[in-house]
Amino acid sequence: MKAMVYRGPYRVRVEEKPQPGIEHPNDAIIRVELAAICGSDLHLYHGMMPDTRVGHTFGHEFIGVVDEVGSSVQRLQVGDRVMVPFNVYCGSCFFCARGLYSNCHNVNPNATAVGGIYGYSHTTGGYDGGQAEYVRVPFADVGPSKIPEWLDDEDALMCTDALATGYFGAQLGDISEGDVVVVFGAGPVGLFAAKSAWLMGAGRVIVIDHLDFRLDKARTFAHAETYNFTQYDDIVVHMKQITDHLGADVAIDAVGAEADGNLLMHITSAKLKLQGGSPIALNWAIDSVRKGGTISVMGAYGPLFSAVKFGDALNKGLTLRMNQCPAKRQWPRLFEHIRNGYLKPSDIVTHRIPLADIAEGYHIMSAKLDGCIKPIIVPDAA
Amino acid sequence: MSLTYAYTSQKPPLPESVESLRQRIPGWGADLDPADRPNFPQETTNARPAGADWDLPDRQPVRGYRERSIEHADITPVFGTAQPLKGISGSIRKLAYERFSEARTAHWLLLIAGDRVDVLLSTVGSFASTRPDNPWAQTGIRAEFTHHGIGSRLGKSRTDTVHHLMDPFIVFGPWILGAELTRRTVRRLARRP
Repeated sequence: MKAMVYRGPYRVRVEEKPQPGIEHPNDAIIRVELAAICGSDLHLYHGMMPDTRVGHTFGHEFIGVVDEVGSSVQRLQVGDRVMVPFNVYCGSCFFCARGLYSNCHNVNPNATAVGGIYGYSHTTGGYDGGQAEYVRVPFADVGPSKIPEWLDDEDALMCTDALATGYFGAQLGDISEGDVVVVFGAGPVGLFAAKSAWLMGAGRVIVIDHLDFRLDKARTFAHAETYNFTQYDDIVVHMKQITDHLGADVAIDAVGAEADGNLLMHITSAKLKLQGGSPIALNWAIDSVRKGGTISVMGAYGPLFSAVKFGDALNKGLTLRMNQCPAKRQWPRLFEHIRNGYLKPSDIVTHRIPLADIAEGYHIMSAKLDGCIKPIIVPDAA
Repeated sequence: MSLTYAYTSQKPPLPESVESLRQRIPGWGADLDPADRPNFPQETTNARPAGADWDLPDRQPVRGYRERSIEHADITPVFGTAQPLKGISGSIRKLAYERFSEARTAHWLLLIAGDRVDVLLSTVGSFASTRPDNPWAQTGIRAEFTHHGIGSRLGKSRTDTVHHLMDPFIVFGPWILGAELTRRTVRRLARRP
């Protein structure tokens, strides 16, 4: 089969790989119809995530058709069209039994600090991902769901991570009616978090980024008030000025490890890999939110330490909430919102790229060329 | 200068009324009740997923060596088999897993070192294969010419263009260094009597 493979930092290509097989009785093999490049894939692409092996296939956002099932699979049949949450999870361990699917203890021998994720290095379990023609999906009775007839394929694809994570991020903000919510990052997760904040009754939603085309999208798609931080001497002071010098009630970090805004932080993390991630957006969130406020961290960070302004968080009495999103737990409600017309997730898709052009796709996403917000990959066999 | 709301007990008024927001934003307040949100509470015994009709999953067969964090009691019932450890990079990674917990910086630094060795040796090895590495194609740099590379940056108030200038050195630097080392090695060998 054809699959995207990692060859080194900033280098990927399409290779012929053996088609994955059933390795556990509850496995399924999915023929991928659509996949996406996630902003967090760029951390792998840039060589930031430890134990990213040459030959690894990325991709944790994908939908497809069941091609083969293991002997114990009961809820799926060959030919079913399914959407697959980005989490690999067993459904029965201590953590899954408590709704923490993204923290599953039974699928990742490489680390206890993170669960299983498709195509996200061996640090998250060593599973090849969905930017390929076929992918192995463990616990087929638990993770994948049949795509509802009424649901558009690209909307289903967005539910596998980006939409679910943005919506989850807004929930972790514990938004109350009339709250001022500031979202750092106008990428897919930030856009969905901003949009979701309104669903939870926010009274004002502010989005911060440095890319004007993404801020344009935040205004039109997420009805947000936007600010380009490069236009201000100090974005934190500006945030205080526009919130009556109190600060926002809730801040959502939807940027993560490769945040821009402070060159030293960016270079020491994204280029020199001396930090688990550049904490600029998180530090701005800590300083922009009011005392007693809540920070929701949805941006992905690596396992190494980062220079987070923890003292400010302590002294302000902040609540910091974070996790990888248990995607499938969000789906029933997200389906309702999509059906009601409150959400149209595929509106953020900007590029549709053949698998054969995956290297260009990564470069476009990485360098933010051509107004890129969300590129999706169409495998040749689809 | 008058004091602002920051110095009173009042919450500042919103720039737009709730009624106006409800009319303007599709779905505004649909999830207003925090207790009626899918992740409330985040940790709950009411969200065990359907389909997991087992207490302990069947065990995936372990073929050969499978590394694991020493913070785990055992290899987990299910695991990825994408790229098994191999070669010098595999030895470095094995040391990281067997000797250091996830709490130790050495664990992660060794894994990053293993990654770099893996890339170096795989790249060198590719030249002995039918498909040598091609940084021009693999970096997707062609997109600079097909997807408005200059137009996407020129005149824009984006701040990442500063470090974009570093990327060619990160990508092509090791290649240039490698080529120079190879040239010197070949010259030295050629001079030997």
